[in-house]
Amino acid sequence: MTGTVDHLLVAPVLLPLATAALMLMFGEGRRGLKAVVNTVSTTTGLVLAVMLLLRVQAEGPAAFGVYLPGNWPVPYGIVLVADRLSSLMAVLAGAVGLAGLLYALARWQHAGVYFHVLFQLQLMGLYGAFLTADLFNLFVFFEVMLAASYGLLLHGGGAARVRAGLHYIAINLVASLLFLIGVAVLYGVTGTLNMADIAQKLSMVPPSDRGLLHAGAAILAIAFLAKAALWPLNFWLPPAYAAASAPAAAVFAILTKVGVYAILRLWTLCFPASAGASAGFGGDVLVWGGLATLAFGTVGMLASQQVARLAGYSVIASSGTVIAAIGFDAPQLSAGALFYLASSTLAGCALFLLVELLDRARQVEEDRPDLDDGNGALPAFLDAEPLPGTNLDDEEEALIGRAIPAALAFLGVGFTVCALVVAGLPPLSGFVAKVAMLTALLDLQTRPAWALFGLLIASGLLAAIALMRAGIRHFWTTQDRPAPRLRVVETLPIAGLLMALLAMVWQAEAVLGYTRATAEALHTPGRYIDAVMDTLPEPNPTPVQVPGVLP
Amino acid sequence: MEVIVSIAIGVMAGAGVWLLLRPRTFQVLIGLSLLSYAINLFIFSVGSLSVDAEPIVRPGQAADLVNYTDPLPQSLVLTAIVIGFATTALFLVVLLALRGLSGGDHVDGQEPRG
Repeated sequence: MTGTVDHLLVAPVLLPLATAALMLMFGEGRRGLKAVVNTVSTTTGLVLAVMLLLRVQAEGPAAFGVYLPGNWPVPYGIVLVADRLSSLMAVLAGAVGLAGLLYALARWQHAGVYFHVLFQLQLMGLYGAFLTADLFNLFVFFEVMLAASYGLLLHGGGAARVRAGLHYIAINLVASLLFLIGVAVLYGVTGTLNMADIAQKLSMVPPSDRGLLHAGAAILAIAFLAKAALWPLNFWLPPAYAAASAPAAAVFAILTKVGVYAILRLWTLCFPASAGASAGFGGDVLVWGGLATLAFGTVGMLASQQVARLAGYSVIASSGTVIAAIGFDAPQLSAGALFYLASSTLAGCALFLLVELLDRARQVEEDRPDLDDGNGALPAFLDAEPLPGTNLDDEEEALIGRAIPAALAFLGVGFTVCALVVAGLPPLSGFVAKVAMLTALLDLQTRPAWALFGLLIASGLLAAIALMRAGIRHFWTTQDRPAPRLRVVETLPIAGLLMALLAMVWQAEAVLGYTRATAEALHTPGRYIDAVMDTLPEPNPTPVQVPGVLP
Repeated sequence: MEVIVSIAIGVMAGAGVWLLLRPRTFQVLIGLSLLSYAINLFIFSVGSLSVDAEPIVRPGQAADLVNYTDPLPQSLVLTAIVIGFATTALFLVVLLALRGLSGGDHVDGQEPRG
């Protein structure tokens, strides 16, 4: 590894932190400047993540960028690691973040003073959680991410958001406490917090401590699975995501994937088939829990009256699919699941952005009927104009109120593409992912594999029915409806996400090749352990005598 | 000493869980605080409890947990306390906001019907 790679690794974490600190100094006003700074920083973050991914991709199968932030020898200091999985997740986080931000530039950024700061801290927590290789550091980044998400969930105010926010915060605080118990037990058993070191020491744990180790790992997993919305730990998700403002909900589409990522990383690292007495510990729970989650999410999609709740349940269903697929511990299946994770994250983000535009289209003609039990009703801010006295810069002024003639057509196409991806119908990326998973499942020939096989097909059908029903209700029922007014900057992120989804189909072989290599690396944890444990700190710089320069 | 610490952790965790399941927001808040105290003590105790031991290595004494105390859990507790304090304060703000918006202190924002 060269020096530039090292620092590239920490840049996605430092950049949002520095940007957030800078924007705090701007005070409460200067929204235009903040918007520019935030956009530049978020775009740079995405570029950095893509650079990381290309770098890792170019280095072949054993590509691990290891960075020692404090330059301490490995088991003692915090370690950051960028491998294929972390880079992929970082790129997804950057893409989702940029989409949410662009959408927020149209109007949501005016709803609160510290939106941009919270947004950057959210990105910092996400990048950090994906890049760190230290268990306690993961906890810290989880908390950064969650604290920012509390603020973003409440962004815009209103009773519904505060109520959903209270539940969301309480659940996540309890999950964080479980996280701490799990970390403490693992530390007590293994005496280290470095993930690679823990994995290495697990085989040396005496049989008398094995029960304690399993209990600690299980408690830690509950914390992650609550975040990943595994049934029955997911009742908090639909009301919270439906109440959140559109850009916040769009960014939250990747928050559940952080839980999935942590499970994927730690489970494949600590309990591979070669782990002796602990081999595959908890695999059945992942498989059956994932299946139950997929079933629950699918039924929830069918039962949803509001598109926002439907989108929330689709996030649950995609979480369940990935968790169940991981639990089989089969590289081919994990490769398909990773492809599915990428495609469903982007589609979920686009769906959350579309939800608000669809609701706005309905509000043009009528007062929206209160279809739900009141839990999911969106507060009144939805249609509010920017606050009086808000300084809008020239560029934005020009954008406001420009009605796109084909607005409804755009919404329809966008919704159709999202629906096809979420339901996994051809010819889009959801279909490619499902075919990859189904093919791998055919090779497994076990009862849980057939269960997932059947459930994947059935959930695709039911999701298609649910989405089609929502589409018919929004696009076909009324013909004389005035076209909704969209702003260019609102359609940009949705169009970008849809283009990314199309690009994933266009380059499906390349993306699948990447996820296959990722799954391969995940299922040979020895490489990761060796790469981390063999990293040496940089030697102290020795003073160089340069002739002709005064000391 | 292990017994006393275990009982203290157990009592606080039990009371915390009970309060957490109560329908009033303030009870939930106190429950969360008690739980986090219990867990902070728990983290502290995984570094093996010892009296009059310090984490600084003296020459001539083997560096193991018989002679010294483990400094890492203490630093972890410190981090956990800071984070827990901040998030609890945030929860308190949301609690007050909900009280202002709903006029009651039920966690669902309204009293159960019937």
